[in-house]
Amino acid sequence: MTNTWQDIKNANVIIVMGGNAAEAHPCGFKWVIEAKIENAAKLVVVDPRFTRTASVADYYAPIRPGTDIAFLSGVIRYLLEKDQIQHEYVRAYTNASLIVKEGFSFKDGLFSGYNAETHSYDKTDWQYELDDQGFAKIDDTWQNPRCVINLMRQHVDRYTPEMVSRICGTPIDKYLHVCQLIASTCLPDKAMTSLFALGWTQHSIGSQNIRTMAMVQLLLGNIGVAGGGMNALRGHSNIQGLTDVGLLSNQIPGYLTMPKDQEQTFDDYMETRQFKPLRPNQMSYWQNYRKFFVSFQKTMFGDAATAENNWAYDYLPKLDIPMYDIIKAFEMMVHGEINGYICQGFNPLQAFPEKNKIRRGLSKLRYLVVMDPLDTETSRFWEDVGPFNPSDPAKIETEVFQLPTTCFAEEDGTLVNSARWLQWHWKAAEPPAKAQSDIWIMAGIFHRMRELYRKEGGAFPDPILKLTWNYTNPVEPSADELAKEMNGKARADIKDDSGAILLKAGQQLDSFGQLRDDGTTESGCWIFTGSYTEKGNMMARRDTHDPRDQGITPGWAWAWPANRRILYNRASADVAGNPWNPAKPIIQWNGSRWVGIDVPDYGPTINPSEGVGPFIMNAEGTSRFFALDQMVDGPFPEHYEPMESPVENLLHPKVQNNPAARVFPDDRADFGTSADFPYVGTTYRLTEHFHYWTKHALINAILQPQEFIEIGEVLANEKGIANNGWVRVSSKRGYMICKAMVTKRIKPMMVAGKATHVIGVPLHWGFTGQAKKGYGANILTPSVGDANTQTPEFKAFLVNVEPSNGPEGEV
Amino acid sequence: MTLTRRGFIKLSGATLASSSLSAMGFGGCGAALAESVRPFKLAAAKETRNTCTYCSVACGILIYASGDGAKNAHSNIMHIEGDPDHPVNRGTLCPKGSALLDVVHSPGRLQVPKYRAPGSNEFKEVTWDFALDRIARLMKDDRDKNFIAKNEKGETVNRWLTSGMLAASASSNETALLTWKVARAFGMLVFDNQARV
Repeated sequence: MTNTWQDIKNANVIIVMGGNAAEAHPCGFKWVIEAKIENAAKLVVVDPRFTRTASVADYYAPIRPGTDIAFLSGVIRYLLEKDQIQHEYVRAYTNASLIVKEGFSFKDGLFSGYNAETHSYDKTDWQYELDDQGFAKIDDTWQNPRCVINLMRQHVDRYTPEMVSRICGTPIDKYLHVCQLIASTCLPDKAMTSLFALGWTQHSIGSQNIRTMAMVQLLLGNIGVAGGGMNALRGHSNIQGLTDVGLLSNQIPGYLTMPKDQEQTFDDYMETRQFKPLRPNQMSYWQNYRKFFVSFQKTMFGDAATAENNWAYDYLPKLDIPMYDIIKAFEMMVHGEINGYICQGFNPLQAFPEKNKIRRGLSKLRYLVVMDPLDTETSRFWEDVGPFNPSDPAKIETEVFQLPTTCFAEEDGTLVNSARWLQWHWKAAEPPAKAQSDIWIMAGIFHRMRELYRKEGGAFPDPILKLTWNYTNPVEPSADELAKEMNGKARADIKDDSGAILLKAGQQLDSFGQLRDDGTTESGCWIFTGSYTEKGNMMARRDTHDPRDQGITPGWAWAWPANRRILYNRASADVAGNPWNPAKPIIQWNGSRWVGIDVPDYGPTINPSEGVGPFIMNAEGTSRFFALDQMVDGPFPEHYEPMESPVENLLHPKVQNNPAARVFPDDRADFGTSADFPYVGTTYRLTEHFHYWTKHALINAILQPQEFIEIGEVLANEKGIANNGWVRVSSKRGYMICKAMVTKRIKPMMVAGKATHVIGVPLHWGFTGQAKKGYGANILTPSVGDANTQTPEFKAFLVNVEPSNGPEGEV
Repeated sequence: MTLTRRGFIKLSGATLASSSLSAMGFGGCGAALAESVRPFKLAAAKETRNTCTYCSVACGILIYASGDGAKNAHSNIMHIEGDPDHPVNRGTLCPKGSALLDVVHSPGRLQVPKYRAPGSNEFKEVTWDFALDRIARLMKDDRDKNFIAKNEKGETVNRWLTSGMLAASASSNETALLTWKVARAFGMLVFDNQARV
């Protein structure tokens, strides 16, 4: 989230699209209700299903799963055509005026530079025209046809209301009504917030779904302001934190990136991470990358990371492909290329697409280690549980370790919430029986490995032998010590420019501004610097004071970065530094510095006349309608059909799906067609359940005991399916037999002149726990990810459904 | 007399037990009632501030446990409710958060390390030492056999691709840092967390 949960109350319009906050985030959703009651806000819901969020909306419009880019590109077209944009914001704070390099083009569904063999783009021309100083050329008058705004206008021109309606199945009048509501926030003192979740990410075009709405928000001047923003409602309690700390194949804590094969030296690595400003006077804050990286390596390897050995650069593994994500890992597994796998609080047999492939992959492992508080399906993949998990244990050679861990109530530490707050929590009780913390287990594995390398030697033992491990209790380092390690400390006295000592050696850092690239500082996650200082644990703060009651609570816990609660808040004020919305200012220029209720996302004393842009992480200082080379599938979003779709792509039939998606051949062979699987399937959560955990909790298992699908009345009648009757739902990859809930909440949509039915597949059942056994929604879903992030396409795929007999003895 | 909500509960629990509510203005009529009412259990429980383990609204919760934290005292969580001071949830919890106690005490909670041998159709209880020694042995053998120090071009790459790891979605940042350090020191690249879903 760019903003906070409470800040939602400041919105004038709330659009929930790609999520269902009322059911998936109920206690956050109450701030939507607060906005409706106290701020007369309008709630708009665009969703394939009339969800409980829709049931309290001021306006609801249906949409076919997987067509959000078409819908929102149409919104961009509408805003430009009606000239309902916030002009001053767009001119000053976006790259609308910058001129795009000759050579960039878009034709028949493909951007320039496409290579059909590799399914990827040469992105050389996805750049600005540069002047002789290396700055992007600009035309503030927008006369140059190569200005970003003009190319964008041209790009979205195809998304007429008629085209949007034909692709999305949204009736034109409903679509236009949504456009009007969105456009009403183009006034400088009006704001719309976008609340979204996995309804947008779980698509082969997931990242671009989100980008399209971000572009809408920028046109309206809704980023950085109270009641505005792009608010990703994250689904798990610390999925934000695990991402921040870089537990992803290609990441280093704090959004640094792992080195690649071709970056053989540290200099090569830094060469592509210069972040030289693309416009005069811009901060381009990533220019400090070297300080973050060197400080990180000092945390990892301490004295073993020196200037002479390039800060132990070679101790980090290098990537030969963009990433070894989970879909790639299971592809390797089924081909026998992975021998061992550790699952720490993660249940891939339920959570990853094409369950039968996941089980096949796990069956080929030499060893599997599962660390979890609960009895997961993954740890029992080898068990024969009839149709729910058909298996022949005698033929499975995998050694499996099921290790009991503590749960949230039995440990200290921090979780990062959706609004980037690091909130400390305290241990309430001892874990059951012999359960141990993940920290204890990881330390136990590490110590044994290190001891084996000391005794036996072996492959490249250096990073293992030299890993910093200076914990008071090395067997189970405390949460406090690890939190301090992420914050970072001075390794030598740190002086300011005048030579005065800012920090003595050994002291905790106050802010990432103190980080150095000479090895005199260390920090395990630079964006967390400031969270655990000499003043103590800032994440454990519990001051509920909220200046002007605006939803900031700066003394409650601690937010990254720098305890900043609203990202891009410089953009809440106009070019001169006066708030766009005087009733709800965040920061403003008082003649000598920036003051307000939040930590400025800006230099605190930078005079507005200096022309420093508010998007300080970007090299041009502005936000980007044109994404340069940052996305693998295009600088502008484009509508591509889901990998399994009931219709051809109306915009460019020859480029049906995301051309830059990575699809493995055996996965592609498992895609079905609408001839065999005529209905659109989509998966989701129920409000009574959390993934595959709450089926272990008795109350939740009672509330929603049994696997079912949601099916509209029209299709149910057509198929002779009764409410509460048994059905067989199938895809090219597998089938489930479950109950049908015949509902008014899903209605057929007219897509390209054809009635299209959607079937809802809640995802919560498996073969362990206290609820009835189920197949799990991932028995149906295709193994393909978003082209940028490899998040699986769970939200749009093809299925068939037929009435069925229930299992023996079931009614 | 100034009373917070918690103080009220504690005081009423205590005074009910000691047979007088007069301090709170209930007069003498409470005595008979108090004779028949058990002390309010939460008044004697240890209160701990924590965060709901499910979605990322991250509702503040209060956990009530018996036991005073002494080394040999048996602690047992007996109640969980929303934290009324928390600026986001302000005391409320959803159908999942309201049932947190049931997941803490779920019969599905794992109790002891278990091991399933190749070809076996059952788990057997093992000691932690057995499990961790065996895991380290398997990992080291696999790493030593398959570690790639140089790629085909002779470039230094120092990666281990034949073992991988999935990290969690509800573990703490502190667990995350330690896990990162260990996995990368081994040279792992097949390394992800649940954010990918």
